[in-house]
Amino acid sequence: MFGSSSTPSGQRTLIRRHSLTVRLSHWLNVLAMTVLLFSGLQIFNAHPSLYWGQYGADDDPAVLALQAVDDNGALKGVTRIGSLSFDTTGVLGVSTVDGEPIARGFPAWITLPSYQDLATGRRWHFFFAWAFVINGLVYLAYGLFSRHFRRDLVPTKAELAPSHLGHEIADHARLRFPKGENARHYNALQKLTYLAVIFVMLPGMILTGLTMSPGFNAFAPWLLDLFGGRQSARTLHFIFATSLVAFVLVHIAMVMASGVLNNMRSMITGRYAISTEPSSASSLTASEIAP
Amino acid sequence: MTSLLTRRRFLIGSTLTASALGLTGCDGLVENGNVQSVIKMAESLTMRTQRLLIGDTALAREFSAGEISPTFRANGTAMPDSAEYQSLLAGRFTQWQLQVGGLVERPASLSLAALKAMPARTQITRHDCVEGWSAIGQWTGVPLGNVLKAAGLKNDARYIVFHCADEYEKTLDGSGWYYESIDLVDAFHPQTILAYAMNGRDLEVPHGAPLRLRVERQLGYKQAKYLMRIEAVADLSTFHGGNGGFWEDRGYEWYAGI
Repeated sequence: MFGSSSTPSGQRTLIRRHSLTVRLSHWLNVLAMTVLLFSGLQIFNAHPSLYWGQYGADDDPAVLALQAVDDNGALKGVTRIGSLSFDTTGVLGVSTVDGEPIARGFPAWITLPSYQDLATGRRWHFFFAWAFVINGLVYLAYGLFSRHFRRDLVPTKAELAPSHLGHEIADHARLRFPKGENARHYNALQKLTYLAVIFVMLPGMILTGLTMSPGFNAFAPWLLDLFGGRQSARTLHFIFATSLVAFVLVHIAMVMASGVLNNMRSMITGRYAISTEPSSASSLTASEIAP
Repeated sequence: MTSLLTRRRFLIGSTLTASALGLTGCDGLVENGNVQSVIKMAESLTMRTQRLLIGDTALAREFSAGEISPTFRANGTAMPDSAEYQSLLAGRFTQWQLQVGGLVERPASLSLAALKAMPARTQITRHDCVEGWSAIGQWTGVPLGNVLKAAGLKNDARYIVFHCADEYEKTLDGSGWYYESIDLVDAFHPQTILAYAMNGRDLEVPHGAPLRLRVERQLGYKQAKYLMRIEAVADLSTFHGGNGGFWEDRGYEWYAGI
């Protein structure tokens, strides 16, 4: 199961896994989302508190706040979530820059640029937001017209049966991944996760972002009603971003656990190796077998 | 069975992680002039797209009295320290006059009483700071478009520049005086007002007494406070840093609709 290595019982076949459009949009997305995350945390640091509703500023109750408080002359980083508070000195609220503890929401190593510069953070954020949106639209158009969504991502009825899903979850938890013919397509958990990312989380990211724009509010005031206000949208933008980071961490872990070289090759060259029984190889159509 | 983390795989994984994190080591890239000019191109794309979608007259959301923020955070200068402003404040702004000039047919000086005698507009809107926070307040003032129509814009006027009484950053060359600018689309927008009252009372000093600008489809730094003079101009390059505003000269977007 270690990716590109062949199994003793079967033979290794390279299949076409990812189309050029999917590969290009995937890597552009990696770049855009990485810059968006780091520049987004730079923007967040300009006012490291989140609120719920139409308005929210210093004197209003915060849902989440990364604060620096004076603790007998020393700076202490405090993370408040609702009425709970945690000492997060060194990472959140207060972190070290050039050997000195300073008040910062997120630490320098995870913001772009590393030093406090809201104007630059915003410019990078909006530039890569455009790249992200254009890339996403190209991918969506491709996915619809090439039947990529229908063929590769929409689960079959059988895959959605609770017993099947339960079985897949159990296999996943044991890091037991599909082999042979079953590795030709995504499993149901992958399909559902990718659909949620593509059709819920990423659009949610964009729409909550646009809801923070006073200009866009004049064009689409219904977004303020959908998300419950600009400050709610800002909080949801943060929650969507956090969920996407969690998705990416699990995604990378799964890529590594299920054969990092094979997975990386498939997203770079398009070719993915599956191990097949010698007899089943003959059933492949010519177009499916890589030259 | 499982996928033990082999040494090789661990190395690949950590290299990928390190290269992703290495991005923050890219402050040099951020400071590169060529890169900056590419990144900056998104601003005009954003402005053109927003203007196309929004149109010239679509209104910013107006709220009900019950939605007004209990505390409206004052930002920027809280008390201009110039002798001129101090003396105007001491005289309760009876000596204050708004100068209307530049590329206009009929330059004017308007007292606070004269402005208050003009037809007024009251609106409850949201103020969005570029930092991320928002406050809702009620503003009463004179539509800027009416003031400009009375003065009569010349044909080559393209922007309105707002000169303020606060020196937000002390500099030797005077480039720290607060100023702002908008184009004629926003200048003639029905919600663009010269506000003299907030939440039903005369504007307080921290909020820009005696007069501040409200441009409701843009961010807080466009809402210039302590207005002294408005000037119609053909281009913005001759003012201070040449970018059309105090914060614009310090890297922020001139079009602050996002």
